[in-house]
Amino acid sequence: MIKTDVLIIGAGPTGLFCAHQLGIIGLTCEIVDNLDKAGGQCIELYPDKPIYDIPAIPECTGEELTNNLLKQIKPFNVNFHLNQRVEELKKVEKRWHVKTNGNKEFDVASIVVAGGVGSFEPRKFSVKECEKFEGNSLFYSVKDKTIFKDKTISIFGGGDSALDWAIELSNTSKVNLIHRRDGFSGMESSVQKVKELNNQGKINLYTKYQLESVSGDNKIDLVKIKHDEGEVKEIKSDYILGFFGLIMQLGPILDWGLNIDKKKVEVNTENFETNINGIFAIGDICSYPGKLKLILSGFHEGALAARGCFKYAKPDEKLKFEFTTTSKVAQERLGIKND
Amino acid sequence: MPKITYNTHDNQTHTIDVQNGLTVMEGAIQNDIPGIDADCGGGMSCATCHVYVNEEWLDKLPKKEDGEEDMLDMAFEPKKNSRLSCQLIVSDTLDGLVVNIPSKQG
Repeated sequence: MIKTDVLIIGAGPTGLFCAHQLGIIGLTCEIVDNLDKAGGQCIELYPDKPIYDIPAIPECTGEELTNNLLKQIKPFNVNFHLNQRVEELKKVEKRWHVKTNGNKEFDVASIVVAGGVGSFEPRKFSVKECEKFEGNSLFYSVKDKTIFKDKTISIFGGGDSALDWAIELSNTSKVNLIHRRDGFSGMESSVQKVKELNNQGKINLYTKYQLESVSGDNKIDLVKIKHDEGEVKEIKSDYILGFFGLIMQLGPILDWGLNIDKKKVEVNTENFETNINGIFAIGDICSYPGKLKLILSGFHEGALAARGCFKYAKPDEKLKFEFTTTSKVAQERLGIKND
Repeated sequence: MPKITYNTHDNQTHTIDVQNGLTVMEGAIQNDIPGIDADCGGGMSCATCHVYVNEEWLDKLPKKEDGEEDMLDMAFEPKKNSRLSCQLIVSDTLDGLVVNIPSKQG
């Protein structure tokens, strides 16, 4: 069990800056995120897209913003627990015990939910029977590519993941690549490579087709795909891979007893505490009258929520307001050496 | 004000006055039309404001940018008449537009 003052759920910009604010006021925290890296939507949805409304930064990308925030919280040595989704929440006397799906356990005085629009999960096929085969012959990511050797794989999607795996697996497997249109969103060089491999007969490319049905006893053996114009093709397949990007889902947080309206957690605007004492919500996931879904609003919310956490972590102390420009204590925490 | 009609998956029809300049997505969100999530808030980065546009409107709408078509690859059951409603900006020429909301956004 990891004991710390605050658990931050979500390593997006709002969660990262909240960690900074906690560090400044002398509280410790750990951060959990379901993705494999910090940055949240900034890194997962738009790493290369420019952002123009971060105060005092005329232009930066999602990736640059994330890197700068990570640099800013470096002095506080915050631990990240990535690829972890929070599952269970339990009140134990005055503290909270939180457990993740990877069996990490935290013992904290308060929790800051900075979960954006939820945790990222792979988007799935809309065909109902697919569920039955998920994890045995149908996957949304590749964990062990050796299982595909000498098998027939049908890959669906038109982005980089679909193209990259089609190219990679075509070395050792029979690959069908199926996409709903002629255009691809993946890198142009990969598109060219796939077309070459298609000409050489190493990849069978089907464009303007989508999945119609899958069948098989225990494992998939047949896939039907349907053309825009209605024609249906049957392809023998041992495995199906679907790469349709990620979708955000609120997940287990829904069952924590928080007041939730339209997938958002209701908070007060004094310190962004929810209806449950000791649980705060900041960033895109929180709602209050006048809420703006901007990163800068998330920073403000994080600064106030951090101060709200203080009384739970240090009930016998009083928090003094200080500026980082003048406070020796804050500067010490930041690792700044003054002569 | 232009009227936009949203048909939800459970066959409810909502016809709403939407101000010029708002997007079809914003018109839905502000009027609590169910079925449009708009997780990313209109950034063309999530494909959860996906709608099917009535055939007769397809050619009257502004053309899709590449980014929109790329995102539609990720949408739930995309079809030829699929659009992201965050990319449809309401104007007088869109008065009477009918969009159908899919059964799910993801």
